[in-house]
Amino acid sequence: MNAIYILWLRQMKKYRRSGLRMVLSIVQPLVYFLALGYGFNYIFEKAGHGSYIQFIVPGVIAQTILFTSIFWGANIIFDKQFGFLKETLVAPVSRTTVMLGGSLGGATIAVIQGVALFLIALVFGFHPYSWPALMGTVVFMTMLAFAMVSFSSAIGAVVNDMPSFMAVTNFLVVPLFFLSGSMFPLDNIPGVMKVIAAVNPLSYAVDAMRSTLINQSHFGLMTDFLVMTGTMIALTIFSILRFRRIEA
Amino acid sequence: MGNIISVQHLTKKYKEVIAVNDVSFDVEEGEIFGFLGPNGAGKSTTIKMLTTLLLPTSGELRLAGTDVIKDQAQARKVFGIVFQDPSLDGDLTAYENLQLHAVLYKLDKKKTVQRTEELLRLVELWDRKDSLVKTFSGGMKRRLEIARGLLHHPKILFLDEPTLGLDAQTRNLLWNYIERLNKEEGMTIFFTTHYLGEAEAVADRIAIIDHGRMVAFGTGEELKTQTGKENLEKAYLELTGTAVRDETISSADNRRDLMRRVIANR
Repeated sequence: MNAIYILWLRQMKKYRRSGLRMVLSIVQPLVYFLALGYGFNYIFEKAGHGSYIQFIVPGVIAQTILFTSIFWGANIIFDKQFGFLKETLVAPVSRTTVMLGGSLGGATIAVIQGVALFLIALVFGFHPYSWPALMGTVVFMTMLAFAMVSFSSAIGAVVNDMPSFMAVTNFLVVPLFFLSGSMFPLDNIPGVMKVIAAVNPLSYAVDAMRSTLINQSHFGLMTDFLVMTGTMIALTIFSILRFRRIEA
Repeated sequence: MGNIISVQHLTKKYKEVIAVNDVSFDVEEGEIFGFLGPNGAGKSTTIKMLTTLLLPTSGELRLAGTDVIKDQAQARKVFGIVFQDPSLDGDLTAYENLQLHAVLYKLDKKKTVQRTEELLRLVELWDRKDSLVKTFSGGMKRRLEIARGLLHHPKILFLDEPTLGLDAQTRNLLWNYIERLNKEEGMTIFFTTHYLGEAEAVADRIAIIDHGRMVAFGTGEELKTQTGKENLEKAYLELTGTAVRDETISSADNRRDLMRRVIANR
């Protein structure tokens, strides 16, 4: 068995055993979907943009993944506090392996949550424009999940206590989410917000999912892909470098 | 046989304190080496530096010829460690914790299965192997931790207060097992303990540190001869009591000063 695989498997087992938490973490995005989707549908349609329920689904899938993955680093803090991290740090495996094994686990969990939300959305009448294009959606879900899990792991590697970790991630997650075009189209917003959305990597993830789910795109799928790839690679390298510096 | 652990002028400074101050010693291959000292003496800090968890401020460290500071990856291949504080995953079962360890240390499947059973039986946790570790008592966790440390048979095994909180029977059982590994496989054992009788019974040589400095080094016999005491516990108290003695000297000095002044005033 491979070290990355066993570290991934560890996270899968822990996830499966987390019981109710698995279900609870999907409630928040589901509320966004139902409340905003049905709440704004009428106005959105009146304004000539079509169904808001269709529009918001890629946004809440991205939200589910963002929220699951950006708090992933909390697990690194727990591993520090419960001491398990030391077990992996002295083992004859590279810090890259330790980081990748855990992050792949976190990314898998985030994608599972995203897919679960998609399935619930289907029940509420969401219909993707093309079934084969869903393959693309899953690819972008994975890229977003892995990028954000890596980023969060890096924060978990640097910070040693839970309050500081929560302060940093809460500070980041709200602007990332609300300034990304996950809830509204980016076409007719003021210039400043457009600039902010353009430097927010989540905008490209949302755009890519919207592109593959309902065939609407702001940046273009190729741009989305390149930005997401770049973000993912940069954040993974950043995280590996932070892991190399962990002392216990 | 040559030195398998070499520590030269090891120093670890934090902002305000010097945890380890210019410590040098060698451990021979196949030796059982006791590393003793009061709480806060710098034992765990030294072990952390030897096991790549902390970088020293200065000094040189070698494990089986490998420079621990320059080549951490290679150094990690030669040792195993049982930490002083817990390092198990409570959400995994006892068996899964050992299995994960075996994979990280690239132990082959046959040995993994065989040793896992052997060790879990040794620490009397075999019938609880499929229970989540978070349901275990402190003593059970400690035993599991030790079983895990013994799983992959490293060249050098660090044991940081391995028997803390264990009853005499379990301590005896574990030391027999560890001594057998030492004899049969030539495994070098580096351990810390607060049970001085334990150290006297199993250690070939002993180093004592206090306030980050090495205060004594030698076989149990040598330490006893050096201090003129009949057992290690008394020798240890004699040696680590130096700080207290320094204070006694200075207060004696004060008293002499006072006397002189009193006499002069007459």
